[in-house]
Amino acid sequence: MIGLSHYLAVSAALFVLGVFGIFLNRRNIIIMLMALELILLSVNINLVAFSAFLHQVHGQIFAMFVLTVAAGEAAIGLAILVIHFRNRGTVAVDQADLMKG
Amino acid sequence: MHPILASIAIAGPETILTLGSLAALMLGSFTPQHRALTVTSLFAVAILAVAGFSLLDAPAGRSIAFDGLYVADDFSAFLKVIILAAAAASVLLALPWLGERGPDGISFGRFEYPVLLLLAALGMAMMVSANDLLSLYVGLELAALPSYVLAAFARNDARSSEAGLKYFVLGALASGMLLYGVTLVYGFAGSTQLDVIAGLVQGQAERSIGLLFGIVFLLAGLAFKVSAVPFHMWTPDVYEGAPTPVAAFFSAAPKAAALGLMARVLVVAFPGAVAADWQQIIMVIAIASMVLGAVAAVAQTNVKRLLAYSSIANIGFALVGLAPASPAGISALLFYISVYVAMTLGSFLVVLQLRRPDGSPVEAMADLAGLSKSQPRLALALAIFMFSLAGIPPLLGFWPKFAVFQAAIASGLLGLAIIGFVASVIAAFYYLRLIKIMYFDEPALALASSGSPVNGAMIAACAIFCSPIGMLAMSPLAVATARAAAALFPA
Repeated sequence: MIGLSHYLAVSAALFVLGVFGIFLNRRNIIIMLMALELILLSVNINLVAFSAFLHQVHGQIFAMFVLTVAAGEAAIGLAILVIHFRNRGTVAVDQADLMKG
Repeated sequence: MHPILASIAIAGPETILTLGSLAALMLGSFTPQHRALTVTSLFAVAILAVAGFSLLDAPAGRSIAFDGLYVADDFSAFLKVIILAAAAASVLLALPWLGERGPDGISFGRFEYPVLLLLAALGMAMMVSANDLLSLYVGLELAALPSYVLAAFARNDARSSEAGLKYFVLGALASGMLLYGVTLVYGFAGSTQLDVIAGLVQGQAERSIGLLFGIVFLLAGLAFKVSAVPFHMWTPDVYEGAPTPVAAFFSAAPKAAALGLMARVLVVAFPGAVAADWQQIIMVIAIASMVLGAVAAVAQTNVKRLLAYSSIANIGFALVGLAPASPAGISALLFYISVYVAMTLGSFLVVLQLRRPDGSPVEAMADLAGLSKSQPRLALALAIFMFSLAGIPPLLGFWPKFAVFQAAIASGLLGLAIIGFVASVIAAFYYLRLIKIMYFDEPALALASSGSPVNGAMIAACAIFCSPIGMLAMSPLAVATARAAAALFPA
């Protein structure tokens, strides 16, 4: 029997993969955008699992909103990436270093 | 009246901003190109003003709309006034910059700038009125998405596009963490509505570890939005790379909105026994922000980076007001926000107004040497802002610091107040160093002023507010902040 904790474990694993995809990836900003999507999808698994477990519909409605916002976020991210590529001619992560923080 | 119409009436400012931003987009598209920017900007300021005046019309007390997703009370009204005023100032202060041509001869002047600001203001108004984790998330994203675009607004400038990219990646990561926290809170408490969560959490027999994880992730996401340590690393880079008017906007309105949101979520949804858990986290974040903001700023040579570290430190001081979770503390936090917005907008306005002899903007601190001789009035205004940010007593900036420390001590957080006091002494060093550079160093460049009368008037208004004359505004502010803070605590 697959219980709530199984869903939560999968979602936590995906979330951690997403976070590591952003911090350990030194090559390509597009991979970072994919890692961001992974984080948002892990959140959706959480929401739907809780929603089914609590017998409420709120979590599934929330997941719809997350999907919509994720689409908008990806569009804006890619647009910014395109102008960055036009200015610098590369999408490598370690080349984005005009300002040192 | 139909319940939806009643809800729309309660959410008056947001309705006006929504329709206004759509109308502004149409207006900009159908106006001849050379006038589109000016017309749209003035229209946007008018919309922000109308939304602000609609707050006067709101019924007293607490009104709930959209089945508990949205709440209009004194707390949200107070913060909305600050947000709308700061957004209107950000529209106006960008006009001279948008009219200029960049080094490659391409003008930045596109009418989308005020439209994006209107949408961001709408998101921030939603944030401070959010009564549900869903409207919290959607409001936060509505404020964040236009901000990413604004950071990259000078699209032919590699530094601006890099700032936009960094802000986007880290901002989206922070929203992801916040969202993960939201799902855990929803799952382990059983509701997304803030006041319902409070009841469910207090009814639980033992403290749930899942809920605690949720609160930690939620706080991590929110700490990013207010640029509190340890989630501050984007702030100096984005402030330096983004166009100066955009950096001025980032330092003011979004900070007020995110601090307000943080206060509402923590105080309304997690009172009682859970409060002790998040109070510890807030204290650690506040101490780290105050200390790092003060120490790291000492080594900066760029004015915009300096102001970024100054805003990190100031957020730390403001969070000292949140740590006690008391009405007096929240009231001090709101007082701090209202004064901080004037100080930071004023400082950025002065930086924006200054021009090097070749017409390029001033960014290096060394360029400011001898400013008191070339531009005595701007030097005086910047000195007032720096003394005020440092919290030197007769100036207005001293009083909110005093209020937050007083609230912390009244709740027994003596250690927090002492560390804050030490950090503000360290921070005074770099504020005073900037004043020393302006008043006692040999002039390096004959700096000019861009001569924009509107920006000059806004500098004067901010300087007068931050000067000792501003203390006249203190008693009405104290009444308003006390009423706003009381709205978060059920009687």
